[in-house]
Amino acid sequence: MRKRMPSQSNKNGIGGVNMVQSEVLTGNYAVAYAVKMSRVQVVAAYPITPQTTIVEKIAQFVEAGELNAKYIRVESEHSAMAACIGAAATGARAFTATASHGLLYMSEMVWWAGMGRYPIVMAVVTRAIGPPWSIWTEHNDVLAHRDSGWIIFFAEDNQEVFDLTIQAFRIAEDEKVLQPVMVTLDAFILSHTASPVYMPDQREVDEYLPPPGGRKLPYILDPLNPLTHGNLTYPDHFMELRYQIARAMENAKQVIVEAGRKYGEMTGRYYDHLIEAYKCNDAKAVIIAVGSSAGDAKDAADYLRNQGLEVGVIKLRTIRPFPVEELREACKSAKIIGVVDRDYSYGYGGIVHGEVKSTLADTKKPVQSFIAGLGGRDITVKDFINIGRRLIEMADKGVGEQPPIWVNLKQEVIP
Amino acid sequence: MGKLEAGGDTMKITIKDLPIKEYMLPGNASCPGCPASLGLRMLGKALEGKFILVVPACCSTIIQGPFPKTSANFPILNIAFAASASAASGVAAGLEAQGKRDVQVVVWAGDGGTADIGLQALSGAAERGDNIIYICYDNEAYMNTGIQRSGATPYGAWTTTTWTGKKEFKKDVPLIMAAHKIPYVATACISYPLDFIAKVRKAAEMRGTKYIHLLAPCPPGWRFPSDKTIEVGRLAVLTGMWALYEIENGIFKLTGPSIALLDKSKRKPIKEYIKLQGRFARMTDEEIEKLQKYVDEQWEYYRALVEMGKAKTQE
Repeated sequence: MRKRMPSQSNKNGIGGVNMVQSEVLTGNYAVAYAVKMSRVQVVAAYPITPQTTIVEKIAQFVEAGELNAKYIRVESEHSAMAACIGAAATGARAFTATASHGLLYMSEMVWWAGMGRYPIVMAVVTRAIGPPWSIWTEHNDVLAHRDSGWIIFFAEDNQEVFDLTIQAFRIAEDEKVLQPVMVTLDAFILSHTASPVYMPDQREVDEYLPPPGGRKLPYILDPLNPLTHGNLTYPDHFMELRYQIARAMENAKQVIVEAGRKYGEMTGRYYDHLIEAYKCNDAKAVIIAVGSSAGDAKDAADYLRNQGLEVGVIKLRTIRPFPVEELREACKSAKIIGVVDRDYSYGYGGIVHGEVKSTLADTKKPVQSFIAGLGGRDITVKDFINIGRRLIEMADKGVGEQPPIWVNLKQEVIP
Repeated sequence: MGKLEAGGDTMKITIKDLPIKEYMLPGNASCPGCPASLGLRMLGKALEGKFILVVPACCSTIIQGPFPKTSANFPILNIAFAASASAASGVAAGLEAQGKRDVQVVVWAGDGGTADIGLQALSGAAERGDNIIYICYDNEAYMNTGIQRSGATPYGAWTTTTWTGKKEFKKDVPLIMAAHKIPYVATACISYPLDFIAKVRKAAEMRGTKYIHLLAPCPPGWRFPSDKTIEVGRLAVLTGMWALYEIENGIFKLTGPSIALLDKSKRKPIKEYIKLQGRFARMTDEEIEKLQKYVDEQWEYYRALVEMGKAKTQE
């Protein structure tokens, strides 16, 4: 995580006389505070490491009367998402959180929420999938749901976790979108590491978000206007329903940018791009990263720039919708692109790498895959420096793309 | 037929108490003689349309009709197989959070979706006491996928996954639900509509999780002619293969025609029920005897529950 400054608006008093309200929060507590300030109406949750402290904290808020929500202590993640779908089907604002095996157990309902277009928000603490058991970060859990109709954000630090969670409700409930939103944060690196988080006033959040239940969501369940959700659909109609989801995802790009801009006007922290392009304008090599390691990648770029190496970094904020246009623009000057995946698609390569590669296919630029940090192994600034150097070297020598490079793989222990 | 009593002596309704309005519209996609569409019709009249129905994968997914049309004159949330109780909990919470009252949340699930894949979510909802009415319409197999055995299939029944007859006895879901100490558990049968409707209405007046298990004889699945649904259901009750009862706040009471059947001599032999159905055609006399013994033992259990109920009432 990189150091953050307090928001400009708070410094300058733009938008009111509010003081800078900052707390030192873990990523999980940042989620919980954002959920409270978003006035969520129904929470359904099941514990799983390393997500648990999110729903513990929310339970505290509810029992202390600080959040007026129905809290359903379900018996499984499958039920958690089913309950959120039920709540959202009545027009209520619903939230849950999970991780890893919880997300996989929930998977059927994750798809049901996406295909049913229920504007639910879910925090996912990214964690490796067993066996063997691991509680540390990896992105395969989230990326297994890449095509489930959810908008998927990756947060870099706890401030972004907080800010994204609030924006997520606005994005999900926008009538041009009406798709659920996943805010993901890396296990322990964010979920259990405390750092200062600047929070807007409740009054500001109330202005930023539509009032819960007050907005007119279309197609809610109501005996006075009976309609059915999800009944059997023949091939005659099915494709059109799917196309509308594709269109909503495309619309989401603009809605996300707009929500991030409005949020910036309120807090001084602008999120008005789907990617963050860092020193990419003249970059010869661009490193692409998602999640918490993006900050380390930027530190590495600073170091390499001091060494005279033209390295830039692109942080992908969303995996769905995929930021095709912004990515193509930000890679314009690059001779080579390296994608650092904290995941793997067996028999293919890094999952994000595949996405980037197909986005840039017509440019014929080499897109090198790096696999790093699986099961929570550290990806250090030094690792990114090495990756940057390697990319520059490949560009200078005109070396094309190599098979995926597994970073810091201990070859000597592999039988 | 005259006046039918339901809920022991606690609640009486007649057909005149029901609305003329239909909530399950004609022209739906059910098989001829389908008990599920009959049940939905009764449910609609019982609650006069003021409910949201949650339906997992089951025959009623088809019966309601394909998009963009529906035969249901009430809102339906279709949901995945294992998720009906938890989705209903969410619907109830969502309504409550928005201050929307006077709307019942009702699950309408088959026996596979209840006794098997949906049992965990149902148990969770019941343990939490979520404010829903859960109705299992029990046609004693996975009929929608083509007659595969479920936990609720009775001993001896042919299905497409038990070609020589099921070797195990029916899972007793209503008593499993009673063990959750929820305010109301009841059984019903499609052949006794006023008993069923009275139980639904009673459930609607209580807060918490209410469970109603509705026996639903299925012509194609049980292998009997489609004009015999009501007759088969009646015989299920009159032979004691199925008992009508309710457990209100822990007090067990037989209802309707089942009240008289504690006395074994009043019960018809189960053979009269079995011989109407092709699914039992291969049962040997020994197997029928085994099933009869099982039924008689079950009634001894009911006798104990009735006695306990009486003792509790007198306290």
